[in-house]
Amino acid sequence: MAAQSDAPVVSMTGIIKSFAGVRVLDEVGLELRAGEVHALAGENGAGKSTLMKILAGIHAPEAGTVLIGGQPAVHDVRSARQAGVAIVHQELMLAGNLTVADNLAMGRERRSRLGALDRRRTTEAAQRMLDEVGASFGPHTRVDSLSTGQQQLVEIARALAENPKVLILDEPTAALSAPEVTNLFQLVRELRRTGTAIAYITHRMEEITELADVVTVLRDGRQVETVEVARTTPEHIISRMIGRPIGSLFAHERQTPGEVVLRVRGLADQQIGPVDLDVRGGEVVGIGGLVGSGRSELARLIFGADRRTAGTVEVAGRPVPPSSPQAAMRAGLALLPEDRKALGLVLDHSIDSNIVLASLDRVSSTGVTSRRRVRSACTEESERLRIKMGSAAQPVRQLSGGNQQKVLLAKWLRTEPQVLILDEPTRGVDIGAKADIYRMINECSARGMAVLVISSELPELLGISDRVVVMREGALVAELTGTNLSEEAVMRPAFGLDADEVSGGAQPEAPHEEGVQR
Amino acid sequence: MTDLRPQPQSAVDADTRGPGGRGRRPSSLSTVTSNDQFGVGVALIALVALMALIAPFFWTTGNLLDVMRQVSAIAILAAGGTFVILTAGIDLSVGSALGVCAMVAIVSADQGLPAVAAILLSLGAGVLIGLVNGVITAAFALPAFIVTLAALTYLRGFVYVGTDGTTVIPKSVPFDWIGQSSVLGVPVAVWIMLAVYAGLWFLLNRTVFGRQVLAIGGNVEAARLSGIGVRRVTALTYVISGLTAGIAGLIVAARLESAVPDLGSGYELNAIAAIVLGGTSLMGGRGSLVGTLIGALFIGVLSNGMTLMNIESFYQQIIMGFVILLAVLVDKLRRGRSQARGRI
Repeated sequence: MAAQSDAPVVSMTGIIKSFAGVRVLDEVGLELRAGEVHALAGENGAGKSTLMKILAGIHAPEAGTVLIGGQPAVHDVRSARQAGVAIVHQELMLAGNLTVADNLAMGRERRSRLGALDRRRTTEAAQRMLDEVGASFGPHTRVDSLSTGQQQLVEIARALAENPKVLILDEPTAALSAPEVTNLFQLVRELRRTGTAIAYITHRMEEITELADVVTVLRDGRQVETVEVARTTPEHIISRMIGRPIGSLFAHERQTPGEVVLRVRGLADQQIGPVDLDVRGGEVVGIGGLVGSGRSELARLIFGADRRTAGTVEVAGRPVPPSSPQAAMRAGLALLPEDRKALGLVLDHSIDSNIVLASLDRVSSTGVTSRRRVRSACTEESERLRIKMGSAAQPVRQLSGGNQQKVLLAKWLRTEPQVLILDEPTRGVDIGAKADIYRMINECSARGMAVLVISSELPELLGISDRVVVMREGALVAELTGTNLSEEAVMRPAFGLDADEVSGGAQPEAPHEEGVQR
Repeated sequence: MTDLRPQPQSAVDADTRGPGGRGRRPSSLSTVTSNDQFGVGVALIALVALMALIAPFFWTTGNLLDVMRQVSAIAILAAGGTFVILTAGIDLSVGSALGVCAMVAIVSADQGLPAVAAILLSLGAGVLIGLVNGVITAAFALPAFIVTLAALTYLRGFVYVGTDGTTVIPKSVPFDWIGQSSVLGVPVAVWIMLAVYAGLWFLLNRTVFGRQVLAIGGNVEAARLSGIGVRRVTALTYVISGLTAGIAGLIVAARLESAVPDLGSGYELNAIAAIVLGGTSLMGGRGSLVGTLIGALFIGVLSNGMTLMNIESFYQQIIMGFVILLAVLVDKLRRGRSQARGRI
């Protein structure tokens, strides 16, 4: 059942693509064949999705060729669709307030002779499409009453409507329950049998071994390896995904940790926990795990950004009340959120007003802000963090990603926290700014702050942390220190390859009973 | 007549740099933010020049002061409303709230209460109205549009109940100086308006509270995660709006020396028009009080000029509506471009 026909349906060679000056794909090649499931594996940001978006005509490459059925591809969505490429995005793109039939007909609505919608034919067409994917629901169902998996099925049905030669699935199981995954796999196998070429983006190892014929591993925008799945092992694939030297970027002087500053006990909500975690003063603890494993959710829970259902959080022995960032801040917590644009910064406001936003009391007396103190706070932080800016009154929107991140970090450092939680502190940040951020993290721990860092970049995580805990499916599944710290040691429990449990109470569910409803 | 034009102009300069603006005017930024009020400022000057040319008696000290006095109630309403809209909320109830506060003041006078009591009761009513709107909106996370729309309706009902559906004319109105007297040749109502703007300008631009208001409107989630009491601050903006409705209600009551049941109805739309004309975004986070004042003056000058030109009031409404539409449209187009430039 593996590769049979010789001429590939899709042949991509030498693909180069950059975003905002950062090269995300560097001479990547890929061949997809009819009746073959081709997995694309790699860490977050390795370039998997970008490569597929180029194939689907969403992005145009800077260099390289894309041949679809032997013909050079025109880089726009319509042409790609006409050439037989269909893509199911990771984020569902359905209108929840409409019925399944309306969604399936979107953009190609059928009209009766009078110009009104032809409801009968629309329904019939939708039913045919649903039958094809084996859906158990009817075309009149409202989309928002469907489960995520069922909605995914609608997306796939829509993608299959044009009988594509190539179907791209971008992390299709990220939001599915176990039975839904089984259904999806059956569907993919059926499509493979009927000769569709399938590109399957995932970073779940078990999906690659179970479903894929060939796997291409990407790392930092480079094609590391393309190999038949039958001739390799999960361990090998993982090592290829992560294998790169740790730079000298992380000049981390380990501190002798002090007292426990952050104490988390039995912390839980609907998705997370119960989690026990201690972080000492001067200690940098990294949280590893895959995207969706609950790392950001844990951070938000500790900070009170979301409501916890059980457990306690203490800072230096004082309990932090639940679900109030205000109270958490007063207790000495600071959270640098993952999505700086949506959660961290007021983009249209000036640099200095963003920097003082969380510490307004420190630049004001009896409620009146002192412009002099705001200005000096801003000068101080911009020098300390080397924020490159035209003037303090410039809107943050105009800054580069790295400088935006520094503004956000400055905002939190102004609050003089005892516990600093950093969620993906260097995402979308250039290498110079990264170095500055690492330096600040070192300084913070040197001053006795307890630092908790979430990062999907393993070298970074290992480089800056004294200790790493690994999350999987909302629970802490491993804890690594000293000589045990290695990329593989983090990745194995993250993928669920060996789940040696740690820190009492962290009970991961049985591996096959995947209930990750997100 | 000389002190009204330089006044807003110099204030525009002081305020153009947005929430964080200070020090010397920076080159790159001011093009983005100062445009917000610059457009309507220029439009106001052009309109004043036009009216001075074509409308008889427009360019006289008496008339210009009259414009200011007429516009004072709307301008004050709009000043409080600016705070609400800066948090991306809206207060539709201010017209009815003004009616309630004016009614309370007049009925107090009718009962023979002294001026101080009437004033405090009226302002207290405004604060209470704002508090109810604010607490319901913030605590239950209900859409402000609905909460204040309901308030618009029930508050109007209170005015009908309070006036018993007819015009209440007290024998004497002890606070009538608010609407009638002048100090240094300028009506008291205009002084009050300027004081309200000065006070609220300080509150918005120089206090922690002001920054929190702007932050909530700019990015509510970032504000919450920065430890800002979003609900408390949001609720307080409605209290400010209620208080300004009380002040405006006093001015109207003092001017009319009576209370009619439909007092202030429709004022909320003029106030919102003034705010939007002044460059405050209904999406929150961007805007200024100076802009709102200019917007209110724009509406006042336009309606005064049309009256002087003997344009019938029905046609005045048609013209006014389209002018507002045009002004907002021009602003939107200009802003669309400047925002596209701002992005990376």
